Amino acid sequence: MQIHDLEKIFEEKIEREIKIESKDWMPDAYRKTNVRQISQHAHSEIVGMLPEGNWISRAPSLKRKVILIAKVQDEAGHGLYLYSAAETLGTSREQMIEDLLSGKAKYSSIFNYPTLTWADMGAVGWLVDGAAILNQVMLCRTSYGPYARAMVRICKEESFHQRQGFESLLVLSKGTPEQKAMCQDAINRWWWPSLMMFGPKDAESTNSDQSMKWKIKRKTNDELRQQFVNMAVEQVKLLGMTLPDPDLKFNEVTSQYDFGEIHWDEFWAVVKGNGPCNKQRLEARNKAHEEGKWVREAALAYAKKQQARISVKVA
Amino acid sequence: MLTDSQKKNLLIDFVLFLADTNLILGQRNAEWCAHGPILEQDIAITNISLDLIGQSRNFYQYAAKLLNENAGASQLPHNDLTEDSLAYLRTEREFKNLLITELPKQDWAHTVLRQLLYSLYSQSLYNRLLNGHDVQLSAIAEKALKEVAYHIKWSSEWVIRLGDGTDESHERMLIALQALWPYTGEFFIAATYETSITDYNVIQQEWSEKLTPILIQATLEVPQNVFMQKGGKQGIHTEHMGFILADLQYLQRTYPGAEW
Ligand SMILES: [Fe+2]
Ligand SMILES: [Fe+2]
Repeated sequence: MQIHDLEKIFEEKIEREIKIESKDWMPDAYRKTNVRQISQHAHSEIVGMLPEGNWISRAPSLKRKVILIAKVQDEAGHGLYLYSAAETLGTSREQMIEDLLSGKAKYSSIFNYPTLTWADMGAVGWLVDGAAILNQVMLCRTSYGPYARAMVRICKEESFHQRQGFESLLVLSKGTPEQKAMCQDAINRWWWPSLMMFGPKDAESTNSDQSMKWKIKRKTNDELRQQFVNMAVEQVKLLGMTLPDPDLKFNEVTSQYDFGEIHWDEFWAVVKGNGPCNKQRLEARNKAHEEGKWVREAALAYAKKQQARISVKVA
Repeated sequence: MLTDSQKKNLLIDFVLFLADTNLILGQRNAEWCAHGPILEQDIAITNISLDLIGQSRNFYQYAAKLLNENAGASQLPHNDLTEDSLAYLRTEREFKNLLITELPKQDWAHTVLRQLLYSLYSQSLYNRLLNGHDVQLSAIAEKALKEVAYHIKWSSEWVIRLGDGTDESHERMLIALQALWPYTGEFFIAATYETSITDYNVIQQEWSEKLTPILIQATLEVPQNVFMQKGGKQGIHTEHMGFILADLQYLQRTYPGAEW
């Protein structure tokens, strides 16, 4: 078949909402965009384990400790599903991890912020997982089949994380004056970085147009961000806390909440590696990888020996 | 002859020994979460950590119930103990965990070997509880034994893999075996509160019989004539213990009485 015909079939599938599968013909750029996006997403799950892992040893009750460990473990699982989804496009997990460790691949900038108090565990669950969900719910309908299916599994767990995070803040919001202050402080610090999670404004987003055409994305950065603001404004009332934005106001015309200007210079600084924890996060991943090297080698060596023993027996 | 209340106090100490041991090992294993050598194994060791902390919670809840009953009977003010007050508001000298559980996690060799040594022991111990007179302990043990069976499977496979893997992994297993072996002796020395465990010599024999074939398959030798450390069961710990509790108890100590 001519490339031209293949392209037509591909575009028809996109048009008719038929998922693209790994064995299907697809344009190179579609493959590349998906590999980039899915692997970035996988890296975000893995690096995202670090800021929350930071509080496991200090969780304030056994129940909270178990919830937190299970949550961080879920994120590891998400990373696994996503690496597998990306592998269907022909890039190995080893290669993707190498790109993460060398700093070549990106991950969500939100994880370059530090978790300073226990309340950050609640704020991260509520805001960060909350922002992630909006993106991920949309991705459940993304055009690449393996990615969409991975997202369906992940979304269920993410909404659980968000509810747990919110519930944990709710307890703080009803607690002692110190706990209330801790809760408000965490919201103040995580609010703006959470808004940045949706990426640059539509007018400045380079990848958005083509991704929308290919139905990899179905909502723009600004649409998702607005949806998030509308949701958070309502929920923060239940906490009796405030969002740190004096310009936040209901707009009668649009029926949405208008909000203040995001500090884009901070956003770009963190993307370029100058966030408070970029260095630590990459170092932690590299350290785990380096220290695990002998373990992986031993597992491989043992598997080979076993293989040899079996073939000797068979012969 | 012991009075009923003396018997009950011994039972409480025994239950706390079980609770503390599982909590501290769970706490140590959780240090791997987000730092494991392979993603799948990060998940596996974290699972084991969750199981151990889950077991510790069952034991703490039972201990709290017994203590609250005691307090109620003698009209002491403290009849509102919970799993958290026991885990978060007791001191180094009150914790009764086995010493092996508090040692730093070190490398993967130490971690998987410690898990194997301990799980083989707890399996025998839980089997005694399963068939013992205490209905509550029997129920906790029944559930825990299923988890322990998996912990043994997982850790023995890793011990074999590393022992019989590369030169480096073999060497690391030897170092881990030397480091951890001295802490296995106290498993089998009954503390005064272990009145329901009357056959520690049999338990020790079971433990050796389960462990030896695994070590042989791992091309490792059972250490001989090693001086054994003890004290954990009596609350005489290593220097690591204070740091573990400083971490574990930090928030409860900083904000007394707060709910989380
Ligand atoms: Fe996730
Ligand atoms: Fe999550």
